[in-house]
Amino acid sequence: MMFRVAARLVAILVVVGLAACGRSTPPADSATGPELVVYSSRIEQLIKPIFDDFTKETGIRIRYVTDDAGPLLARMRAEGENSPADMLITVDAGNLWQAAELGVLEPIESAILARNVPPALRDEQGRWFGVSIRARTIVYATDRVKPDELSTYEDLANPEWSGRLCLRTAKKVYNQSLVASLIVALGQEKAEQVVAGWVDNLAVAPFASDNKVIEAIDAGQCDVGLVNTYYLARMLADNPDLPVGLFWANQQGAAPAGRGVHVNISGAGITKASKHKAEALRLLEWMSGPTAQYDFASLNQEYPVNDATAPSELIQQWGSFSADTMPMSEAGRLQGEAIKMMDRAGYR
Amino acid sequence: MQASVLVAATSRRSAAAIWLLRAVGLLAVLCVLAPILVVVFSWSSEQTDIWQHLIATQLGGLLANTLTLLVGVGILVSLLGIALAWFTVMCDFPGRGWFEWLLMLPMAVPAYVMAFVTLGVFDFGGPLQSFLRDHVGQAYGSIDVRSEPTVIVVFSLVLYPYVYMLARSAFLSQSSDTIEAARALGCNAWQAFFRVALPMARPAIIAGVSLALMETLADFGTVAIFNYDTFTTAIYKSWFGFFNLQAAAQLASILLLFVALTLFAERRSRGGRRFVQGARLQHRFRFAVSPLTAWMMTLICSVVLFMAFVLPVLQLILWALGAGAEQLNRRFFELLAHSLWLAGIAAVVTVVLALVLAFNRRQKGRFSSVYGAAHLGYALPGSVLAVGIMLSFTYIDNQFFIPLQRVFGMAPTPILVGSLLTLLAAYWIRFLAVASGPVESSLERIRPSLPEAARTLGAQGATLVWRIYLPMLRPGLLTAAVLVFVDVMKEMPATLLLRPYGWDTLAVRIYEMTAEGQWQLAALPALALVAAGLIPVIISIRQSRH
Repeated sequence: MMFRVAARLVAILVVVGLAACGRSTPPADSATGPELVVYSSRIEQLIKPIFDDFTKETGIRIRYVTDDAGPLLARMRAEGENSPADMLITVDAGNLWQAAELGVLEPIESAILARNVPPALRDEQGRWFGVSIRARTIVYATDRVKPDELSTYEDLANPEWSGRLCLRTAKKVYNQSLVASLIVALGQEKAEQVVAGWVDNLAVAPFASDNKVIEAIDAGQCDVGLVNTYYLARMLADNPDLPVGLFWANQQGAAPAGRGVHVNISGAGITKASKHKAEALRLLEWMSGPTAQYDFASLNQEYPVNDATAPSELIQQWGSFSADTMPMSEAGRLQGEAIKMMDRAGYR
Repeated sequence: MQASVLVAATSRRSAAAIWLLRAVGLLAVLCVLAPILVVVFSWSSEQTDIWQHLIATQLGGLLANTLTLLVGVGILVSLLGIALAWFTVMCDFPGRGWFEWLLMLPMAVPAYVMAFVTLGVFDFGGPLQSFLRDHVGQAYGSIDVRSEPTVIVVFSLVLYPYVYMLARSAFLSQSSDTIEAARALGCNAWQAFFRVALPMARPAIIAGVSLALMETLADFGTVAIFNYDTFTTAIYKSWFGFFNLQAAAQLASILLLFVALTLFAERRSRGGRRFVQGARLQHRFRFAVSPLTAWMMTLICSVVLFMAFVLPVLQLILWALGAGAEQLNRRFFELLAHSLWLAGIAAVVTVVLALVLAFNRRQKGRFSSVYGAAHLGYALPGSVLAVGIMLSFTYIDNQFFIPLQRVFGMAPTPILVGSLLTLLAAYWIRFLAVASGPVESSLERIRPSLPEAARTLGAQGATLVWRIYLPMLRPGLLTAAVLVFVDVMKEMPATLLLRPYGWDTLAVRIYEMTAEGQWQLAALPALALVAAGLIPVIISIRQSRH
């Protein structure tokens, strides 16, 4: 009686459980050679076209999961040497640096990568390599600000910008890396003054995204802001008349003022646990080559790391810029310090 | 209803049944506790640096923000949920029959979708304020809506249906005899509500409010869109900023303690009281209200429905149209199918387990209080729970399956992590609390005399269960399944971390789009999520009418 009911309940669970297991087994076409597994915090739309091209060219198939860097790293660490992941792709040098620190990435040597990726954009030990560049610079309202009023990131902390600045939240790693670059260029004390000055100059509380910063400038809520260029490029592609201009920061004079625009990377590394290191290396090298570099740059309006590849036409209108040569690993090393500094300054 | 009634522990087979139920129940509790223990064990190492920093800079403010949010959401969802349920069940006003089910629809709107739509419409740069600035005056359209009241309203608009649904079915199952008796004894409509109906509906209402509050407490996505800092902000900062999972887990365990205490207090306050329903299930009695009051009720219902459902859906449709039709490709339908499939299985599994646990709890045995622990999964922020599950399942993989594979000479690969089984486990571990509210309260309302009468009439065992219990439990089970289905569709962090390759869902697509700030491109998947969430809501509404 009750037994039958209970048994039925359990039977439902078992059937569903088995169904779930059955559905999750990979398709049985493993005869076609090795298959790479990629953990990526670059989203599907920005990596799948590249993977598809790679598979077409080499016959090596790729499976991937996308998530934030934090959870992906936690999973790789927990899985340890049994991890199915062959490669980690993530955005921001801070995340790559952290992955290397946690010991999940394999140091590799490759003449192709050494040639295609500039030294500042890769790990000294070859544990990760940049695959695209993201520049974070000043945007302004073209009807209320003249470009010659603008100069440096530091200048935005001066009282003339009081009530005119918009920023994205300090929780975003892009801003943490930017502040890390201030620490490297200006030293602890001066950098903290700059951050505090930004907070004083804020027109409204920090926004959740770069898009919102640009929209706020467009709507007249503020006059200047700091964003990654591809956000502006995307919005300009939709609306060429958007009254928001781009200014390359820190181009004039000697360092530190003329150190160049703060750049960051999205990058990749091969995992220690990888069972297909040769194929993974092939993918990594291929990503630094012309086909993939063009894709990386044009899919998301970013800048290629390989200077043999030109950026997309849309962003060529902004001309070239000189970039801050701070090694990317510094951004990772100083990330914690930067967050604490922003917390102390009340930058949310 | 006593254990002795449910299960006559006379035959050996029913003794076996009890033990089987108990074993499944304990196994479920164990599964819930494993990831939670991972979180609690984070205290094994000291993280003084981060703690000092957080205490010195932010923690006070974060706690104050969190508390304000909880109080605000708690009051607003109670007001909305109870009032709307009472209106639609007990009063006659124009459109009542429609609002009765329309008011459940906002449940299908994920809180993060509501948040980004609200910002899109009402923000400084949005259409409303731009219009006000251009046509009315500069001063009228210069408001920063990313403030505390907005956050509270956004949460309340999507979370009130929890209270509404549970309160409604409680009011419905109160027999009209009770209310009529109260009226005959001289109560007016208000007194009948406050002195009879409300106290009787209390377990259901408390269950609904505590679900809403737990969801608020564990939320990260919605508050992040407003850049409103709560306790979860500190958790995410420790993890994503300082890469200190230990400190993040320590912070999360404080959250957990808070929720556990609340749940415990709720249980205690209910004490040994029993809430049973009267003989007549059908509700025929309604209060007559003046035309003015009736139209006021229509107005209130319309405003809530407009703000919580019509407006966000309209805005999503506009965005989706703007983003173009090329999004409607094969991939999109794949995502939709994955979402539906996962939510469907998860709903069945979760409700069955909730029922098993509920039966177990009623047996008043030695372990009966242990089963309460199964609710704790809902209290952790989604991604902390997801990591806890991932860590404990990886442990099993590494300690058990991989050595086993080695013995048999197979290539060692993780079996559990990255399998559908683990993802489903994550769903029911997280949402057991959601399912058990309606399941338990409908079980509680079955009068002991009813099965007793059935037994005297010769109904036994399975017949008793299938002909008496299940029909009476059906509204509760259905409500539970709908809640879980919709919640799983919306679930993001566990789906992201634990899904097998290729099992991307609509929520994953929304995450990917919003991570890049492309809200407009997230509109179509968000719309599909809302639409798919409507199906079970509508089914349950149709069922509950019969």
